Amino acid sequence: MRSSFVRKLAGYLFAIVFILAGWQVTALIVDNAVLPGPFDAIPMVGTYFGDLWPAFLVSLYRVVAAMLIGTVLAIPLGLMCGRSPRVDAVFAPVLYFLYPLPKVVLLPVLVVLMGLADAPKITLIALTIFFQVLVTVRDAAQGVPEESVMSMRSLGAGRFDIYRHVIVPATLPELFTALRISSGTAVAILFFAESLAGSTGLGYFIVDAWALLAYPKMFAGIIAMALLGVVLYEVFDVAERRLTRWRARERA
Amino acid sequence: MHNCADCASCAEVPKLELRGIRQRYRTARGDTLALDGVDLCVASGESVAVLGPSGCGKSTSLLAACGLQRPTEGEVRIDGVPLDGPRLETALILQDFGLMPWKTVEQNAALGLQVRKIPKKERLERAHAALRQVGLEEFAQAYPAELSGGMRQRLAMARALACDIDLLLMDEPLSALDALLREEMQNTLKRCWLEAGYAQVLVTHSIEEAVFLGQRVVVMTPRPGRIAAVVENAEMKRDGWRDDPLFFERCRTLRELLREEGSRSAGAVVADAPEGGQERFGSDRCGLGARLSQANGAEKGECHA
Repeated sequence: MRSSFVRKLAGYLFAIVFILAGWQVTALIVDNAVLPGPFDAIPMVGTYFGDLWPAFLVSLYRVVAAMLIGTVLAIPLGLMCGRSPRVDAVFAPVLYFLYPLPKVVLLPVLVVLMGLADAPKITLIALTIFFQVLVTVRDAAQGVPEESVMSMRSLGAGRFDIYRHVIVPATLPELFTALRISSGTAVAILFFAESLAGSTGLGYFIVDAWALLAYPKMFAGIIAMALLGVVLYEVFDVAERRLTRWRARERA
Repeated sequence: MHNCADCASCAEVPKLELRGIRQRYRTARGDTLALDGVDLCVASGESVAVLGPSGCGKSTSLLAACGLQRPTEGEVRIDGVPLDGPRLETALILQDFGLMPWKTVEQNAALGLQVRKIPKKERLERAHAALRQVGLEEFAQAYPAELSGGMRQRLAMARALACDIDLLLMDEPLSALDALLREEMQNTLKRCWLEAGYAQVLVTHSIEEAVFLGQRVVVMTPRPGRIAAVVENAEMKRDGWRDDPLFFERCRTLRELLREEGSRSAGAVVADAPEGGQERFGSDRCGLGARLSQANGAEKGECHA
């Protein structure tokens, strides 16, 4: 456990050095105030910490709450669509219409209905996550081998037992893959929503600095947003390893 | 003893009865008849092996026997009572064993008991007893992926044994194993059956396996599946049966029977059962003691379509 932690830390250190070097080189080539080098931007994180930290927390809260709500709502429906052809026949066409639609187009509607605070942002992200998780869970549930279900039924298992012991665990790895991939989308939508509506969060911080042409300050916000992504990724990683311990052993 | 179409004359109620089972599947190319009238009885504590080419509906019969699939026509009875769904005292072991990769060995072994809402302490005790029986107790905390093929097979056995079953249905449970391991597992299957005393039906396409494990060997025709013959094999309890001259003799008899069925399905229309060596074809029979008296002969119980 400890050695894997050390390895992970070393990985992050390497990543930071690699990214900073690339950033510095690019900044030197571009040679424009809009892309300050890391040595100009990083100190700004300290300078604006008083504004950054609350913005970071607000943004983190919005993303986490939205992903939680979207996932919790999507899992049961995805499982039902995946296992019941009848439910799927009803919902699949709806899904095909709404899944490819970029949910961000709904921002104006949500802002009018919900105001400028957390609710429209959380709803927007939750909507996106909902569809991504729904499609993933549905496909994963459809892919559960019939033999496993048969074995379970032959043991006398009812519908609930089959979900609990077979379908849900079988779909977990794919669920986490979907969550990790969509965490990137979630942060992007967060930026979009925060930059257009309201005056809180990292998205606002970045756009506000941009408007003032304070590019190093803007990059302090971008660094914070990158950290937000890392936090999300790690949360899913830890949760996945806890819930799918058997897979780690399988790989070993 | 129990391979007749009408069991009214039998002395005891069989554990499992298949009565005129027909199974139709709807496919893209129209309806397919998978089973065309299968009649079979299995007595309590009896071991029956079912042999037949791929696609003869052996597996379909098993699904019907354990209540997972309602046949298009016909009836399944357990202890004389019509079956209308899976029952707790029947266990099914499929080719891929149906183990849950996300559960440890002991959790897998206890799965049947967990479904029965048996308290955790008791179900772990019983699971461990079953694991001990198949020699897997020291791997209780491992995951199925960490086990070899033979060990997974044993785990599937343990899961069934933990449930105090009276009927074990197996669908080619050893076909994924290599030859030597197969023999070892056949020994395990036989030992568990002798110790626990449940009735068992083993679907296989290995003739040696059928002769080693079945007190009767049922031969099925290619699709649509019917029972072509039932060969008595009561001597399978003998020590060293695998090296017994009679064992090889039985295997030869069955091989000829299977070949015959194969060539018949390949186009040759044969109205009457052909004569074959020392085999005796003919009437259905349902007499007590017939099994022993006709132990050397192959029996042909043609089932009506």
